[in-house]
Amino acid sequence: MNDTMMAMRITPAEMSSAPVSTSVAIDIRDLDFYYGKSHALKDVSMAIPAGSVTAIIGPSGCGKSTLLRTINRIYEIYPDQYAAGSIAIEGRNVLDRRYPLSELRRRVGMVFQKPTPFPSSIRANVAFALSYYERFSKSELSDRIEDALRQAALWDEVKDKLNQSALGLSGGQQQRLCIARTLAVRPEIILLDEPTSALDPISTAKLEELIHELRKRFTIVIVTHNMQQAARVSQRTAFFHLGELVEFGKTSDIFTNPREQRTKDYITGRFG
Amino acid sequence: MQQSREHTLKAFDEDLDRLRALISQMGGLAEHAIGEAMRCLVQRDVEGAQRVVTDDKKLDVLEVETERRAVQLIALRAPMASDLRDVVAALKISGVVERIGDYAKNIAKRVPQLDNVGKIEPLSLLPEMARIATGMVHDVLDAFLERDAQAAVRVCERDDAVDDFYDSIFRALLTHMMENPQSIGPSAHLLFVAKNLERVGDHATNIAEMVYYAATGEHMTDRPGKSGS
Repeated sequence: MNDTMMAMRITPAEMSSAPVSTSVAIDIRDLDFYYGKSHALKDVSMAIPAGSVTAIIGPSGCGKSTLLRTINRIYEIYPDQYAAGSIAIEGRNVLDRRYPLSELRRRVGMVFQKPTPFPSSIRANVAFALSYYERFSKSELSDRIEDALRQAALWDEVKDKLNQSALGLSGGQQQRLCIARTLAVRPEIILLDEPTSALDPISTAKLEELIHELRKRFTIVIVTHNMQQAARVSQRTAFFHLGELVEFGKTSDIFTNPREQRTKDYITGRFG
Repeated sequence: MQQSREHTLKAFDEDLDRLRALISQMGGLAEHAIGEAMRCLVQRDVEGAQRVVTDDKKLDVLEVETERRAVQLIALRAPMASDLRDVVAALKISGVVERIGDYAKNIAKRVPQLDNVGKIEPLSLLPEMARIATGMVHDVLDAFLERDAQAAVRVCERDDAVDDFYDSIFRALLTHMMENPQSIGPSAHLLFVAKNLERVGDHATNIAEMVYYAATGEHMTDRPGKSGS
């Protein structure tokens, strides 16, 4: 499962190894993406700022999810899918095949539309990625699990039943568990692909509050069909249409005074 | 500026159109009220003036209705970008138009005080001043309906003329009062009328700024003809 392998701990030495403008976390340049002959992303360039939430909006098939799949190179396991251009994280192009996938996964975590807990205990779900990448003593492991669950705002709800099956949790709790699983390996970037589309409004609000909290420590990119959600949780919004990046700017500007006609039409509900 | 397409959800357009129609209706009433108040003032039509005072309630009712619809629209439709700016502008404009109605009422209330008063020269200037001020109100509300930012700028530019009228009427009335101390009472009433009309011009300018923002998303900074009242 991809969302577990996503991230691993990064040492301070590694973090300082590439001096890059601290304000840009993901520097996408001239990115093209193809599903076979289908040109899904067209010459996309955008600098995603660090320590903030960037929302990706646009109609179905516009390339939103493709962009996330490209940032963490999930596409690589499928034949006929390829990307051109560059996505630099800390100055290094992650699309370069020489860039180790395991390093990319530990830096970039991902959470999907539907919660994807493993059919095992809550504890094992969070411990899985940790033990995959590093060796911990029992107490260290417990600390890291608690830390991740606390950061995901789930600890208080599950602390007395860590050994129970994760499948017994509600949808919203399962989604926060997936986030805890991602956070456990301390990534820098978290990709969220419509993380609340399967959740009820209260669970959605909790997750949005969590995103708001996590923003202080992580760079978050969220794909959402819900424009109100984009407006609520993000500082920057990018609007995609037919594989092109139409407009990228401050969320407050995009939702009050967009520049491009296509953005205006989309966010005001005048599309097609 | 231009609203190129209709909303996918037609009922959204209907709601917005209804809101705009309300503003239009309010503007028509306010404009008519100022015109009528001035006619009654010049013709000393006390009964007509009373009607202007009573009719002002219609504007109050429409303002409440506009507010109700705007709040409902925000709650139910979650308007964005130009739609949101339009709704906020409509909400603010309705308040301003209601104030313009109050000025008309205020002018009309002075008509009985001026009954049986002889000729006061500056009175002849007031209808022209009123014509310019109500013209501004008329045109700025048209600009709102058309989402025409440039028309809004042109309305602002006309505010200088209203202010000039006010200055000259002020001077003329002052002179008139000094020369005819017995007319100080009625002259003071006319001074308030002139001030009210000057405020109508200012309010039209305020509406123009809202129209400009709604249409462009930018603020009309350093607008020409800025009133110094």
